[in-house]
Order: sequence, then C-alpha cells, then structure tokens
Amino acid sequence: MQFKGYAHTYGRDVDTDVIIPARYLNSSDSAELASHCMVDIDPDFTSRVKPGDIMVAGENFGCGSSREHAPIAIKYAGIDVVIAKSFARIFYRNAINTGLAILESPEAVDGISAGDTVSVNANSGIITNETTGAQYQAQAFPPFIRAIIEHGGLVERTIANLPD
Amino acid sequence: MARPQTIAEKILAAHAGLDEVIPGQLIECDLDLVLANDVTAPIAIREFGRIGVPRVFDPTKVVLVPDHYVPNKDIKSAEQAKIVRDFAHEQGITHYYEVGCMGVEHALLPEQGVVGAGDLVIGADSHTCTYGALGAFATGVGSTDAGVGFATGKAWFKVPESIRFIIDGTLAPGVTGKDIILYLIGLIGVDGALYGAMEITGTAIQSLSMEGRLTISNMAIEAGAKVGIIPVDDVTRAYLQGRTERPWIEYHADPDAVYAQTYHIAAADIPPTVAYPHLPSNTRPVAEARDVRIDQAIIGSCTNGRIEDMRQAAAVFKGHKVHPNVRCIVIPATQLVYRQCIEEGLTAIFLDANCAVSTPTCGPCLGGYMGILAAGEKAVATTNRNFVGRMGDISSEVYLTSPAVAAASAILGHIALPEDI
Repeated sequence: MQFKGYAHTYGRDVDTDVIIPARYLNSSDSAELASHCMVDIDPDFTSRVKPGDIMVAGENFGCGSSREHAPIAIKYAGIDVVIAKSFARIFYRNAINTGLAILESPEAVDGISAGDTVSVNANSGIITNETTGAQYQAQAFPPFIRAIIEHGGLVERTIANLPD
Repeated sequence: MARPQTIAEKILAAHAGLDEVIPGQLIECDLDLVLANDVTAPIAIREFGRIGVPRVFDPTKVVLVPDHYVPNKDIKSAEQAKIVRDFAHEQGITHYYEVGCMGVEHALLPEQGVVGAGDLVIGADSHTCTYGALGAFATGVGSTDAGVGFATGKAWFKVPESIRFIIDGTLAPGVTGKDIILYLIGLIGVDGALYGAMEITGTAIQSLSMEGRLTISNMAIEAGAKVGIIPVDDVTRAYLQGRTERPWIEYHADPDAVYAQTYHIAAADIPPTVAYPHLPSNTRPVAEARDVRIDQAIIGSCTNGRIEDMRQAAAVFKGHKVHPNVRCIVIPATQLVYRQCIEEGLTAIFLDANCAVSTPTCGPCLGGYMGILAAGEKAVATTNRNFVGRMGDISSEVYLTSPAVAAASAILGHIALPEDI
C-alpha cells in the first residue's frame, strides 16, 4: 500500500487519553470519536487534518488505556499511517488488528518536520520525505503479522480461517 | 529437555500446546477467560457480530463487567451498558455483573475467584495485567482481540522477554504495594518494560498481602509491560484456596531461565512515593511534595479500592476531618468491599471525616464522572494514571499515591504523610 500526505508531528509518550479522552468514550461511533481526536494535546488537529495525512511521533506512542477507540479515532480523522520511534504494545496490536498502518523508524521520525510531505510504501517499509528528499527504511513486520495486515485486520483473517 | 523457562514462557507454552517458547516467537493460544467492560465490550460485540458465528466459544469463559460509566452516567452511557446487558443475556454469559453485583473489574475477578494461577487471560482493559499477582498471565488488549476471543477462544501473542525485579529486605513503615510499583516505574520509565513480562519477586514481595500484590501487578502496564507476574507462594495459595471456580496450576521459573534484565532493589530504599503530573514515572518521595496544595482526593479504583486500602485510609481518617478546601471521595471497588466497609465501621469513619462514599465505579479515575476536576485543580488519587486531562480539564493535575497518603493529604489540604497529622 502506498500513502502520501502532510506530516503531523508529536513528541514521546503520546497516551491514548490525549488521542481520545475518556469523556468521549460513552460513544463507539467512529465518526464521532474522530471528531475529538487529539483534542487535549492538539486542539486544532481535527480542523487541520486532511484525508491521507500522516502522523509522526516519538517513543511509546499510544501508551496507557487499551481503548481501541484511539486507532479508530486516528483512522477516521483521515490519517492513513502512523510513523513512530516505538509503539506501546496494546496500541501496536490494536492498529494491526483494525487495519491502521503503522511503521517504526526512529530515523524517519527525526528526519520529518511538521508540514513535510511524506510518502510511505507500507509493503516495502520505505518512507520518503518528499520535502527534503531523504529516504528511510522502517522495520519489516514478521510474516504472521503481515498476514493479519494483508487480510485487512484480525476479524477478516478470523473469517478467512473459519472452518467450513 | 526443554530450555529453562520463565513463568510467562511456561504459561504461554502450555496454552499454545508447545513444550517451550522463545521470546519473539509468534504463537496462537487457547484462552481461559476473555474480559470486556462497558466501554470496550460494545466494539468487541460489534466485531464479534462481523465474524458471523452465532455463539461465543464458551459462555462460562466470557466475562462482562459494566464498571466504567455505570451506574449509567448519561443517556449515551446507558445505551452502551444496554448493548452489553442484551448481549450477555442473549449469549447466556454466566459472568455478567449487573449494577448491585458489579465492582471495578480487576478488583472483582480475583475477589470472586473467577481467575486463578496459571490462567491465560485477555481483557479489553489495560489493567487486566492485575491478575499477574495471582500467578496468571493476564494482559490488556483492544476490543477486536476481545471480539475475536469471544468467537474463537484464542488470541495471538508475541512471546515477551522477561524482566526480573528482585526486591529483598524489609519495607520501611508505611510503604505499601503502591509505593513499590511507583518506585519501580520511576526507576525504569513508562516504557522501561515495553513488550516485556515483568516478574516481581523477593522477600519484600513475599511479605505483602494479596491486596498489596494486586496493586503492584495492576500498574505493570504503566511501565509498558505486557504482564506483571508475582510467583505463587503460600499467600497466593491461601487466597485462591476455596475461592477459585476452577483448579489452578502453579508455574515456577526454572533456575536457569533467561531474563533480558534483572534488577536488584533493597526494600529499605523505597520511600512513600508520589507520581507528579503528567506521567506515572515522574516520581519523588512524598516527603518532598508537601508544598502541593490539593482540591480533591480520590481513594479507590482497580489499583487501590480493596478492603486493605479502605482500612489503611480509615486508620488515617479516624478522629479527623477532611480539610475544608478539599473534597474527598472514597469508592470501595466492589459490593463486597462496600459491605465490609460498613460492617467494619470504616464507612462511619469516612462519613465522620466528611468524605463522600460512592457505590463501585471506575468513574473519576479515567475522568468519566463522580469527581471531575475543574481548570487548574489538583487532586491526589490512589488511581493509576496522571496523564494530561486524565481526571478532567487539561490544566488539572493528578498526583498518584497510596491510600494512607491520600487520606493524610485530604486532612491537611496538601500532599502529606500520615505522621504529619
């Protein structure tokens, strides 16, 4: 899969409480969750984000609560891919399971500034900063996880593997 | 001969039908329990519905606990709780806990004997790691993992590296499980155990009650860990005996098991500890925090809402009043703890001290309801997270402490030790 968009950049330890505050968790509607995405850390995010944009962050992205509402809010806000130095483990699972593309690349994170145009080949893991021309290679997913991603998520993989 | 293994590796191997596993290996495991709450279950139920199987894999192994926004906070919360209730009834879920029977999930399940040593549990709630204190491998997941678990009874895992914490010696007076886990998180950081299985052991841990141990394992996620396991000993056996619904299995680490890292900590070095905003790793001794004036104190949650926590808070409140500038809200975590508080006279002490005492709920811990902070307000809380906006306005602040320190702070109006009173 190929993505291209503007970068929205954040620091380390972006927790799921700021991605989608708990006061909005009385709904599981994807569009409503998206309308509050990042509100406590970046109040203008939802008015600035364009479909196809890319989120870039430091270490331990998505730490804290297991709420799947976080990757859902990010995805439905228009973000196609999140690049981080590292991901908190529950967020990592949730992104893979729900089909939000994620890539780990500390070098790319250090080389991308807010507003840069970034293109990502999620299959090869090659990240290109179109603004600076620099290229980065993200870590590859193991085949087991790759299979979940290629099915489009864990539910789709589960359906494909159901006994007849 | 299998390679020497840690507790986490042995439990995962047993549930994957393998003789051994190695860190980094991706495996599929059979689950003993799949848990969700009123925030995460509605999405899990939606995903379960998309799979298209008519029934859950085992109605005795799916656990649904409405606790985050119940008793219903508002109309939307009521709708969420109703989705869970309707699903539980339709599927014949045996472990569904209605208002009046429910409690904060991670206090409730150990108390009711739903989980035991050797179990493999996933829960759509990050503090599912609490059950590590019972010698179980229990970890938080998202709603999709839970929904697939409802259908198949299985989940995928990347076998974590194990990280060992050996805490030996005698704890200083007033130092609790909460102080130990805050100290550890302060030591290694909020991603210090990322993707890892913490194994927490040593004579200081063996000296703790099960309540203190559950508090420690509860916050393993705050160090980024997948699970925080405490080896089974006589305290565990005494707690599980006559309580668990199913037989439990003890797994012990092999003498030559491989740990990515081993920390040796002297118990006497751990002081009563407070985590400053806005990360649980931002710790310092309570003795250095007396200048922080507070507006609210919260005593409860899956971290510190058990009977021992209530007793520790009541011992401090006895004969004292909450400071006139402070609201103190006490939330026994389960119906049983609520009843014990009444029968032991703790509720009377709380009421005499001018505390508000609530029915069980996660409520304020996650900024849901029952004690939300206004702009600029500060709270001490026995809860587990102090992120930006966690308990209310984004300019409010949460300081994490033990129940005794929270009670002392409520009385004096600033962060304080019980001996300051």
